Amino acid sequence: MRGGQRAAVAPVRQFTNCRILRGGALLREDLWVRGGRILDPEKLFFEERRMADEQRDCGGCILAPGFIDVQMNGGFGVDFSKATEDVGSGVALVARRILSHGVTSFCPTLVTSPPEIYHKVLPQIPVKSGGPHGAGVLGVHLEGPFISREKRGAHPEAYLRSFEANAFHDVLATYGALDNVRIVTLAPELHRSHEVIQALTAQGICVSLGHSVADLGAAEVAVQHGATFITHLFNAMLPFHHRDPGIVGLLTSDQLPPGHCIFYGMIADGIHTNPAALRIAHRAHPQGLVLVTDAVPALGLGNGRHTLGQQEVEVDGLIACIAGTKTLCGSIAPMDVCIRHFLQATGCSVESALEAASLHPAQLLGLEKTKGSLDFGADADFVVLDDTLHVQATYISGELVWKAEETGP
Amino acid sequence: MRLVILDNYDLASEWAAKYICNCIVKFKPGQDRYFSLGLPTGSTPLGCYKKLIEYHKRGDLSFKYVKTFNMDEYVGLPRNHPESYHSYMWNNFFKHVDIDPNNAHILDGNAEDLQAECDAFEEKIKEAGGIDLFVGGIGPDGHIAFNEPGSSLVSRTRLKTLAMDTILANAKYFDGDLSKVPTMALTVGVGTVMDAREVMILITGAHKAFALYKAIEEGINHMWTVSAFQQHPRTIFVCDEDATLELKVKTVKYFKGLMHVNNKLVDPLYSMKEGN
Repeated sequence: MRGGQRAAVAPVRQFTNCRILRGGALLREDLWVRGGRILDPEKLFFEERRMADEQRDCGGCILAPGFIDVQMNGGFGVDFSKATEDVGSGVALVARRILSHGVTSFCPTLVTSPPEIYHKVLPQIPVKSGGPHGAGVLGVHLEGPFISREKRGAHPEAYLRSFEANAFHDVLATYGALDNVRIVTLAPELHRSHEVIQALTAQGICVSLGHSVADLGAAEVAVQHGATFITHLFNAMLPFHHRDPGIVGLLTSDQLPPGHCIFYGMIADGIHTNPAALRIAHRAHPQGLVLVTDAVPALGLGNGRHTLGQQEVEVDGLIACIAGTKTLCGSIAPMDVCIRHFLQATGCSVESALEAASLHPAQLLGLEKTKGSLDFGADADFVVLDDTLHVQATYISGELVWKAEETGP
Repeated sequence: MRLVILDNYDLASEWAAKYICNCIVKFKPGQDRYFSLGLPTGSTPLGCYKKLIEYHKRGDLSFKYVKTFNMDEYVGLPRNHPESYHSYMWNNFFKHVDIDPNNAHILDGNAEDLQAECDAFEEKIKEAGGIDLFVGGIGPDGHIAFNEPGSSLVSRTRLKTLAMDTILANAKYFDGDLSKVPTMALTVGVGTVMDAREVMILITGAHKAFALYKAIEEGINHMWTVSAFQQHPRTIFVCDEDATLELKVKTVKYFKGLMHVNNKLVDPLYSMKEGN
């Protein structure tokens, strides 16, 4: 009778009056959840002969898989690359605040830093499941220090490194333990990158190409050695040239291992990428497009002047500049804003826009069986959206973790 | 018999759904008093199911105290195959209404002992007190359920091998690949349906016209098993114009002339909301 059947006696929740994103289409179907996972209601009906314990009317909204952000440097005043004694609190704060953007899983990102920072910070950012406390941490994204001097962008030159001496051992010495690491961005033109890419890939770490002056040939070889992602396409790499497309050319390369999809991050905030460039990339390779925020600590701070570390930043809407100048200093568009802008700029379908922020990052990280989809058996991390793709509510493991304020009298 | 003729498919579907709704509501089903309904599959009843779902969503009709018995199921097809009758019933009906899963009975085409499965089904019908209303369709070869030409008119639930006509008709659901179509099925017998207190046969479309003619204007013949219902005390045939194309003008005129009487069965449309 009791005991030993916990999963089977967990309550069954049926979300009705909604359209769900499944199999690339918005279907007029109910979403059934039990024990934190998406449930097959037909199986429940015919095999267990059970009905739902609770029904929730979704008011005609869209239910999409929770968004996954694989590149966030911080937000709400928190800088992940800063070596405080309590990095965990900063990560937790961001994790909680991004629930309102519909993000249910993310990769805190560290920019180029000295080894001491990595050794101190990385152990404080363990992989963690999401819940009412905040979005889940899938692992850390290490962007640098093994990148190109020429294309370092805002990364501090003093801390750039190479691994030509001891390849993977240099990597381990720099970062320390790799337990909590999910993605590493590096420049493939650095000597011995192939060994490093292979070693990282063998550890289950996703290798991304970025902040690089590699030509297409070098990029292709890097992919053949295991690289699967491109960090913020167009930014911090050689521009597309018709006789040497550079890293951008990977989108249409015929030299990639068969069956392999190359994924690429795009910041669709309407500022960092011209909409025409966004459209070119999307039309060339829609299946690989991964929306990222590449958010900086100024995200979510509201208009006005803010002091972030050594910088004075001026925020005005979606633009963050170094105070008193017109120099952009990072993106501050939340994920749901990026999705809406992406939809409007490319004219793509709602399904495509939603998949670019959920299914594709899940596929990139090899998590598509449990994240990024509403298939039976997947984790019940999902977001309730109105027809204009504004977030109405966010759920993790089938529990409500954020809800929009009701407007009206 | 009653022969109810409506102008088109949608009107025929609606008439049938209203009739079923009225039967259930007037029966006043409850905790100790379930209404037993026999149900068909195929393309013909889809419109009727949609209407029943509509009445349910409006709050006029609840299936909480209704027991259903489907006519048939393929043998050897996985239960969750998109073409299985379990899938059909789930997608087109069960998932939209409030029926208790324990009261939705469909033959299991993957049972270890198929004949035992059939016998158990007959037992369940008996335990439910028999079937109050059995809704069925007609195949182009005049079959009811999978009682193919030549089936005994007093047959019970059993395993049947499908006729080539049926396999060909079903091919469209299996990508047109004959090798993928199941060749055997479990089906209620003609006798099983004849035991129901009332029978309603839905027939729409010109491709069913000849079968309807054989079923009601010719004699009772095991080659056209629907003809058995000429000997049932309460049978209604609900059709659209196209399905009557092979009937005598005289027959059609006579029954069309009775529509004002037939329509009293569906108008007024009763509702469970009214609480009488």
